[in-house]
Amino acid sequence: MKAINSMKLQFESRSVNESFARMAVSGFLLPLDPTIEEINDIKTAVSEAVTNSIIHGYKEKIGTIYISAFIYEGGKIVIKVKDKGKGIADIKKAMEPLFTTGDEDRSGLGFSVMSSVMDKVKVTSKPMLFTQVTMERRIGSKSV
Amino acid sequence: MFEIIKSNENELKILLTGEIDHHTTSELRPLVDKEILQTTPSILILDFSGVTFMDSSGVGLIMGRYRIMNEIGGIIHVVNIPSSLRHVMRVSGLNKLAQFDFEEEKI
Repeated sequence: MKAINSMKLQFESRSVNESFARMAVSGFLLPLDPTIEEINDIKTAVSEAVTNSIIHGYKEKIGTIYISAFIYEGGKIVIKVKDKGKGIADIKKAMEPLFTTGDEDRSGLGFSVMSSVMDKVKVTSKPMLFTQVTMERRIGSKSV
Repeated sequence: MFEIIKSNENELKILLTGEIDHHTTSELRPLVDKEILQTTPSILILDFSGVTFMDSSGVGLIMGRYRIMNEIGGIIHVVNIPSSLRHVMRVSGLNKLAQFDFEEEKI
């Protein structure tokens, strides 16, 4: 299936850009006329993925985060968030609820939250090379 | 970001506003902790009525403050949670750690 619209965005892995990333992706999806709840879900998913890249991918050094988003017929959307940072050795472990390699105040819920607001979440990674999170759902009706 | 509504040895009530994410919690955390350790209240009330967005960093914020309050023998109430945040809060199972009240004030 070919995308009917797409965008690419890149920015420095500074935490101050988390809000910008949420706004940019939800702005791109506005023409689909999402509900307030759908916008909130998208913002939440993007926020979790970008935060992971900042905290874990680049371990709070400055690197580049790459976001791309695609719109397909029928309101299907795909969002990809990628970093060229540390990578994840054990993806299954990383996606376990409450598991975190972060400090005391990290909840370990990033992937759980992403999975609860998106229909599909896929993670690919090569240690020391990159991590990419691909998320998809429908705007207009979340499949249950 | 936040506003101290009440501060004495019984109760520390904090109103949170705006967006709660990794960026804002990293600024918020030391400020809230300073107030907790200065006041050593029996109850910490976190009022979320001003919050426009929150991701799981907010859950981490609550978890960390729960830990500190637990250390000083106190408890946490989380009040006025917008319905948009219930998702994140429920996924986290936080309601087992702290007293939760959705959208209406408990005290």
